[in-house]
Amino acid sequence: MNLLEDILVIDFSQFLSGPSAGLRLADMGARVIKIEKPGTGDICRELYVSDVRIGGESTIFHAINRNKQSYAVDLKSEEGLEKIKKMVMKADVLIHNYRPGVMDRLGLDFETIKSMNPSIIYAELTGYGNEGPWKDLPGQDLLLQSVSGLTWLSNSDNDIPTPMGVAVVDILAGTHLAQGILATLYKRAVSGEGALIQVSMFESIIDFQFEVLTCFYNDGNQLPVRSSINNGHAYISAPYGIYHTNNGHLALAMGSILVIGKLIQCPALEKYTDPSDWFSKRDEIKTILADHLIGFSTEYWLAILEPAGIWCAKVMDYEKLMEEEGYKVLDMELKVRTSNGLDIITTRCPIRVDGEMASSPVGAPVLGEHNELIEKEFALAI
Amino acid sequence: MSNLPLTGLTILEFSQYLSGPSAGLRLADMGARVIKIERPDGGDACRKLSIKNLWADENSLLFYTINRNKESFTANLKDPDDISVIKRLIKEADVLTHNFRPGVMERAGLDYASVKTINSKIIYAEITGYGRKGPWKNKPGQDLLLQSMSGLVYTSGNETDSPVPFGIAIADIICGAHLVQGILAALIRRHKKGIGALIEVSLMESLLDFQFELLTTYYSSRQLPQRSQINNGHPLLSAPYGIYATTDGFLAIAMVNLSRLAAAIHCTALEKFRQSDAFSQRDEIKVILSEYLQTQSSVYWLERLHAEDIWAMQVLDWQEMSGHPAYQQLQMEQVITTAGGKEIITTRCPIRINGERLFNDRTAPQLGEHNKKIRENLLEKILL
Repeated sequence: MNLLEDILVIDFSQFLSGPSAGLRLADMGARVIKIEKPGTGDICRELYVSDVRIGGESTIFHAINRNKQSYAVDLKSEEGLEKIKKMVMKADVLIHNYRPGVMDRLGLDFETIKSMNPSIIYAELTGYGNEGPWKDLPGQDLLLQSVSGLTWLSNSDNDIPTPMGVAVVDILAGTHLAQGILATLYKRAVSGEGALIQVSMFESIIDFQFEVLTCFYNDGNQLPVRSSINNGHAYISAPYGIYHTNNGHLALAMGSILVIGKLIQCPALEKYTDPSDWFSKRDEIKTILADHLIGFSTEYWLAILEPAGIWCAKVMDYEKLMEEEGYKVLDMELKVRTSNGLDIITTRCPIRVDGEMASSPVGAPVLGEHNELIEKEFALAI
Repeated sequence: MSNLPLTGLTILEFSQYLSGPSAGLRLADMGARVIKIERPDGGDACRKLSIKNLWADENSLLFYTINRNKESFTANLKDPDDISVIKRLIKEADVLTHNFRPGVMERAGLDYASVKTINSKIIYAEITGYGRKGPWKNKPGQDLLLQSMSGLVYTSGNETDSPVPFGIAIADIICGAHLVQGILAALIRRHKKGIGALIEVSLMESLLDFQFELLTTYYSSRQLPQRSQINNGHPLLSAPYGIYATTDGFLAIAMVNLSRLAAAIHCTALEKFRQSDAFSQRDEIKVILSEYLQTQSSVYWLERLHAEDIWAMQVLDWQEMSGHPAYQQLQMEQVITTAGGKEIITTRCPIRINGERLFNDRTAPQLGEHNKKIRENLLEKILL
């Protein structure tokens, strides 16, 4: 996949947000060089999750940093900084996710870099932006979920605020950063102009909630109310949610309560003839549905509902999902190999180009793996 | 902001609902001209899809949220005359997006192979639910169903809960975002090499990509992700990661070394745990912590945690968030005025370019609002 061939990205970022943007650019053909601190590198290397490690490093580091190069350099030394500046002169894109002020203190702020390389795309990702009372606070996913109201949208009304169990803020902010970088790279291809792209996790997680926040802004600032059982979405009517069956779970999306009631032979639903009740009385409707659906198996209900065009699905965990032909035909799994011979299975880039789903088989770099290559290539020896 | 990066590009949006149209919205905010191609009878089905029964006029507030800053052109894809106008538009366009189920664009003669013969440089971008092959290809590509089938619903909530969906249409939004990435990268290549591209994403692949950390861990361990028994924050992360009740609200605590945490809040009961216990004894630690934190207010704990630079924050609802100076200085809100004069507050594009926020207060189009203008534009092109 060569869409971004010849694009050089110098990536100072750590953890997930910025590096996920770098990963996508690498997937689409850019060359991404991670700038890492000697000795330790990207802190994500050490972020052990669920006690699962690959080659002594965290599984997630390998997932996020495959197909990148690593250049270890001490940014606090004069020599290191000079080398970095030489590299940046030749770069098309610079990414960082330091807290406000760090790049300025290093003399690697946008204005300085721009004076050296006017056509660079300088992309920075912060927690809360460069202004305001929270600007120096850590931009951490769970904390951003918590301050942005997001935790009041999932799970049921009697549950405590419930975070989304994937680092959604990091991933969205990284996605937005990649979008801004790509749009301005396009512009640069046309006009030669560089640009400054700024994304904050706070703005990104607000954007993620744009549909429901627009409701809040325009309905007199009413807070979302999760349904008291089987909540699927605080703003959507019954039956939207996940239901127990006698052997698993069934997901039911939007649909007519009357039609569904008839199909599943649940006479207690017949009285809900007014569709506006499907929202205002969703808890009692869902309770009736839940009591009824528990009586039979998921397959039993699917065989009735699917042919009738009702939006429903079997709920699956990873193990069940991976047994399905529908998963296998996607060919999502990608085997990559690191330079020290470690094979890792991860996921490929989700974007197909011209019918192809290419992702590089190159694994994540060992810390400083490409120092020699890069020193030579960029003539960095001082 | 003048001089937006995508100024001069034209996108034809055959997409409906959220996934494709959210991509169009982002492209529009960065300067592209986005023309929705809609059915004459009703248009984008999202016009009639309300959430919480909120309407702006005969269109839902939801439609206005997703489709501001776009134009609308109506065409019946089953009518040969309309198709010939569409083909003339395609000739002038840079990008086409659609999210029909497999087969619909083929029947209209607007599949990639046909479109490419009209405009070889076009970026043809399509979203499906589950890809174009396999037993699920005709299943409805609906967000909750995708969440349920992809394992995502086993990441949030506690181990004892049923599967818990994300309360936002994550599959639609992340897939739309991937579509934007593919389109923009293909536009860069087009500028260099003069060739178009076919960009394909599916809700399922996007949602699997979204879970790439969890999946890579699963491929390696073959152990299903385990939510904690209480206060689950992330199935892969050890104690204390999660949200905890205090006497007057809730508090979020992210990754922190257990002994640092115990010292900061003077919780002696936590001292017996070593850092290596943080995952294996996650539930025990969380039980102790959750009982302990319920004895004081959120502010009390935050003062102590922040004094030690521990990653913690109060849990806010939207009323609290929108009243906070940290939110207000972002200036995330903008007002758009509908054709009928109604004012709607919504969010702006989250990306800043050259230090400027991207506001655009142009309202969403009425169905077919730009038919006349677009036909005239085409006519001018032909006469020239």
